[in-house]
Amino acid sequence: MSNQNIYIPYLMRIEKITREAPGVKTFRLKFENEEEAEAFSFKAGQFGEYSIMGVGESTFCIASSPTRKGYIECTFRQAGKVTSALSLAEEGDVVGFRGPYGNTFPIDEWKGKNLVFIAGGIALPPMRCVIWNCLDLRENFKDITIVYGAKSVNDLVYKDELAEWRSRPDVKLVTTVDPGGETPDWKGEIGFVPSVLEKTAPSAENTIAIVCGPPIMIKFTFPVLEKLGFTEENIFTTLENRMKCGFGKCGRCNVGEVFVCKDGPVFSYQQLKLLPAEY
Amino acid sequence: MQTENYLIRKSSLEKLFNNLIGSGKTVYAPKVKGKLTLFDEVNAFGEIAEDYIVTSNSAKEIVFPRAEKLFSYHKSKEKAEITDAANNTFPDVILWGTRPCDAAAFIPLTDIFNSDLKDIIFNKRKDKVLVLSFSCSRSDDYCFCTSVNSGPGNIAGSDVLFTKLTTGDFLAEVITEKGKSLVDENKDLFEVKSEESKESNLAVVASRFNQEEIQAKLKDLFENPVWDDKSRACLGCGSCSYVCPVCSCFDIQDEAHGNKGIRLRCWDSCGYGLFTLHTSGHNPRNTQGGRWRQRILHKFLYMPNKSKVAGCVGCGRCSRSCPADINILDTLTSL
Amino acid sequence: MNELIKSAAALLESNAVQVVIGYGKGSASRTRAIFVTNVTDCEKLIFDSRCVQNLAVYLTKQEIKKLGKPAIVAPIPVLRSILQLAVENQITENDLVILGITPESELINFETFASIETFLATHRIAIDEKYQEIISKIKNMPVAERFAYWVKELEPCFKCYACRAACPLCYCTRCTVEDNQPQWISVAAHPLGNLEWHIMRAMHLAGRCTDCEACYNACPMAIPINLLTKSMLQDVAENFGSYGPSLDKENTLSSFKPDDKESFIR
Repeated sequence: MSNQNIYIPYLMRIEKITREAPGVKTFRLKFENEEEAEAFSFKAGQFGEYSIMGVGESTFCIASSPTRKGYIECTFRQAGKVTSALSLAEEGDVVGFRGPYGNTFPIDEWKGKNLVFIAGGIALPPMRCVIWNCLDLRENFKDITIVYGAKSVNDLVYKDELAEWRSRPDVKLVTTVDPGGETPDWKGEIGFVPSVLEKTAPSAENTIAIVCGPPIMIKFTFPVLEKLGFTEENIFTTLENRMKCGFGKCGRCNVGEVFVCKDGPVFSYQQLKLLPAEY
Repeated sequence: MQTENYLIRKSSLEKLFNNLIGSGKTVYAPKVKGKLTLFDEVNAFGEIAEDYIVTSNSAKEIVFPRAEKLFSYHKSKEKAEITDAANNTFPDVILWGTRPCDAAAFIPLTDIFNSDLKDIIFNKRKDKVLVLSFSCSRSDDYCFCTSVNSGPGNIAGSDVLFTKLTTGDFLAEVITEKGKSLVDENKDLFEVKSEESKESNLAVVASRFNQEEIQAKLKDLFENPVWDDKSRACLGCGSCSYVCPVCSCFDIQDEAHGNKGIRLRCWDSCGYGLFTLHTSGHNPRNTQGGRWRQRILHKFLYMPNKSKVAGCVGCGRCSRSCPADINILDTLTSL
Repeated sequence: MNELIKSAAALLESNAVQVVIGYGKGSASRTRAIFVTNVTDCEKLIFDSRCVQNLAVYLTKQEIKKLGKPAIVAPIPVLRSILQLAVENQITENDLVILGITPESELINFETFASIETFLATHRIAIDEKYQEIISKIKNMPVAERFAYWVKELEPCFKCYACRAACPLCYCTRCTVEDNQPQWISVAAHPLGNLEWHIMRAMHLAGRCTDCEACYNACPMAIPINLLTKSMLQDVAENFGSYGPSLDKENTLSSFKPDDKESFIR
């Protein structure tokens, strides 16, 4: 449906559903239309509007990597009207997808550098896309460190990926759960992501930090990064804001002069500091 | 196209109107309804209101209706069929009697619906509209067009602008190709331009503030108490956004009946608490003062800076219709 | 009103209240709600026949509550709303000071809600004859005609919710229209959406509305929704026997007893 009407979604079939954590699912989606599948491309960091006809649309990042062709993935937590309807969908059902929207992680600029990915809870999905993208081009980057935490062991998403990343010698993975969220056989860290980051103390030299998480986690992570010597232009994050259209017209995600959907959702800390605190 | 000037006699103006009605097109004009003057469909010259400053509602509905179907669908478990509403035919509409402020508003509206991705339904509607505006010979204290780079005789956004002269006849400024086609189709009604000047027949609208100064000041006023102060009486309805000819924020809603349904876009307002509420419960703008600030900053700082278009045309409708009498000029002149 | 200004000033001076909610000069020939927090600004308080906005709506607003304990200028429509809010447990006598204003423009103090009720007993809600006529006319229309009448009257409505925003009794922190699981009321302003909204609001106000006409005055399209509220008032009076709030009687349509004569409610 390379349609001119920008509000019309692609029709996607749910090929696979993975239960990541309580209330959190990943959908692997394939285009119904072969031509559309061929013509489609996106870059890490972009998002889409996923919908159930008759219920509405919801905004999630594209959680799979653009290096993996033939399908896209999204991960969401059941929270409101649309995500509840999506949670009831089964493999083989048809859902709508509009996208890709937004700007992208400037991966090309990161070549030759060390990368530190910091994520919390349900915010791993936007990061997973860029992590996979970088891992698929592993030779372009130097050290890769991933610090990921969730409330409890059960809430860690992408458990299979985490196992794979842990087994790779060219990736340093540090996982943590909040105090009280550990199980007796938990071998990872215990503590909030910002403090575990501080303990891991990745070097800031020639390093890019990419952070994604709930507002409270980000609030405490930025100071840690600054303390470790990271400069504002070398810290990136992806913002969330209430969205509807996804392409800068409906006005909802407007913060200062930017639309988070169009001028973001990827921002450097330097850019973020210029925005009014309305996100 | 270079603007062309003609004279049209009072009686010819009525003939022009009748020709338009006769052509079968829909004509919207200001019409008296109870104590208000509203844009509505008219069928006779006598129905057009005469003594009004601006209509209570704006003409944006013609290109940006309150509810606009985007597509309809028919689904089953295995598949869904979508019928694109952009394939519908949109009616030819004549807008008769817009004020220069109303017409100028079409510029930012068109910009928003065309920046980056193009909203073809909006464009299809807009293409079918002929804007025939009338300049203002009167203004009131709510008007401030001259403070926002517009004025009672502004031609921006109009296809033809009529100015009433002291003789009772009209100067017709033909601004666009569409306007020229209208003249060509009604050649006998348009004469060579008169000597009477346009300016002497326009209302005098005093300047209330300097827009560039305001734009410069607003950058540093984010934490200022003026927002809470001026919005204390605000009730949080959407009146100001909905009567504004420039405001274009919208919601996208699905309406289902069993297996069939539609997705539409409908008007929304940044004045509602719900506008920015996340499903998680987090609300970046959870005070009325913050929402008032957003309205002003968006119109007078963000839009001019980012998109280089006006966010406000100075018609004063927001202040006129506000149930709590929040007057935008109070805020703008106090900065 | 000099007495009003003096009383307001005295209250602020003694810090008995931190804000006075009253009427002040507005745009053109209008008046508007003002929030006076210091003695000098008390001069701005006015009262005349143009002051029709129902100030009671501000008693439940978080931005106003943050200012502290209010004194509120209260002509009769505001007094009725205050009493109804009291009946619905939204305010207590300690929450505010009432600067009542009689129809003769005299200042009158009310120490208790009971005293307001006594006063209002001699100023009962009365539906004006001209409205009685229109309401009867509509009620006598056959159903199809009546439906068409309302679809047409509500056509200019664009669901700005000014009617809700101006009504002192629409104080729900999450209005039914804001529920989306399920979406009870269509969001869009099409004929169905408009009917759903206005019918729902009228029903939610049945037995509670005190005929202040704030909704009608607020509507930017001058839609006569006061006909709906007045008609509801009449219906409630005919079936349940009263107009107006009362501290001793239960709220007409929002009280439940196990021995209710209606079986559907059990």
